[in-house]
Amino acid sequence: MTALIEIEGLTKRFGTFTAVDNVSFQVERGEVLGFLGPNGAGKSTTMRMLAGFMTPTAGTARICGHDVQADSVAARRMLGFLPEGAPTYPDMTVAGFLRFVASVRGYSGGEAADRVEHAIGLTTLAGVRLQPVETLSKGFKRRVGLAQSLLHDPPVLVLDEPTDGLDPNQKHEVRELIARMAPEKAIVISTHILEEVDALCTRAIIIANGRIVADGTPAELEKRHPSGKLDDAFRAMTQPRAA
Amino acid sequence: MRMVRIIARRELAGYFATPVAAVFIVIFLALQGVLTFNLGNFFDRNQADLVPFFNFLPWVYLLLIPALTMRLWAEERRLGTIELLLTLPITQGQAVVGKFLAAWAFCAIALALTFPFIITVNILGKPDNGVIATGYAGGLLVAGAFLSIGSALSAATKNQVIAFVLGVAVCFLFAVASYPLVTDFLAKSSPLLAEIARRLSVAERFQGFTRGVIALRDLIYFASFIGFWLFLNTVIVEHRKAD
Repeated sequence: MTALIEIEGLTKRFGTFTAVDNVSFQVERGEVLGFLGPNGAGKSTTMRMLAGFMTPTAGTARICGHDVQADSVAARRMLGFLPEGAPTYPDMTVAGFLRFVASVRGYSGGEAADRVEHAIGLTTLAGVRLQPVETLSKGFKRRVGLAQSLLHDPPVLVLDEPTDGLDPNQKHEVRELIARMAPEKAIVISTHILEEVDALCTRAIIIANGRIVADGTPAELEKRHPSGKLDDAFRAMTQPRAA
Repeated sequence: MRMVRIIARRELAGYFATPVAAVFIVIFLALQGVLTFNLGNFFDRNQADLVPFFNFLPWVYLLLIPALTMRLWAEERRLGTIELLLTLPITQGQAVVGKFLAAWAFCAIALALTFPFIITVNILGKPDNGVIATGYAGGLLVAGAFLSIGSALSAATKNQVIAFVLGVAVCFLFAVASYPLVTDFLAKSSPLLAEIARRLSVAERFQGFTRGVIALRDLIYFASFIGFWLFLNTVIVEHRKAD
């Protein structure tokens, strides 16, 4: 089985500050990788480089074999990306926004309409399809961002905090949705909710100060701390002097 | 080209989704009307032409066009939608040109709505409508030149006020470059510099069009002027997008 996401020695420096330091990993089809770490650890920066939005200082990444820098547009065709905070154009309606994304993704006419309907169905947005995005609650906005990333049924999904701001029911729905899609895709999600990693991820990477400090199944990571809790393992690994 | 059209269509629809379009068009028409009829002595001149109209056009553009372009990129960066836009499978060049063309099309709509001036002057006398047509063509090119400046400067900042003020300042420089105020000053140190300033002036190039002359060198000037600023725009987007 070939890896759909390949990251090699990815490094990003801002002046003298190293946000991401020589990060390498691969994600294969069927894997859901939980990307964990404290705020400022370099999760979003890594995801941005993977999505081709930020230029790495060193190293590179490939999506389905396409280099995100040298073959950037081809790599992004294979990718569904939910940026941090799920930004969308506030004055567009949900359907209008998704139609725009569909046309940029190369769909037109009936096929575009089908894609938009499918994405609206997956993320249960049917009730707000004609509302401008700015009038929606945080949870709905997040789902619009999610719908946008799923619309073209990409083989690779990179979701930066997909369940942030959702209520418990919505969180559950989004997790179900991700779990349903998981077998055919390579998925990377970043999250602060450690229970989500247990529930959803086949593998987790913990990153602190720009470096990978742990990489394994959630069960393996839990064993790294005597208490057997992911919470404690996370704290022990990401705090230099954990109490 | 298809991508450019999709980007441009979304952007243009964005103007009309907010009060921006209405406010801009009303103020533009009101200013042109007041300036032409009152300050320009349209009636007292007793000549059937649109010389006063075209004389004021670059100055009205100077004020209003940076207001139109200030949001083009600054807003995307502030909202974070730039991360969404530039991780879609489009190139940065396509995004830059698409946004520019949307703003230009909007200016063309506003300019077209000044048609009552043409009707008025045709009722009052027998103007040379060929000269009026070249004047309009020149006006559109001046708009394009200012828009390309404003768009590039908008990419340099997240702050729309800064984008506006910088836009007015730089457009002003290119508008007055041929005025004695500037050329006399430059001529003191170097006549060559004064000559260069005159050649670079948008207002100077526009003069030919208002007299009914479309010179190839002026067309080349506007094409390279717009091309230069859009190239700069792309470079700025590339370097500043993730800041």
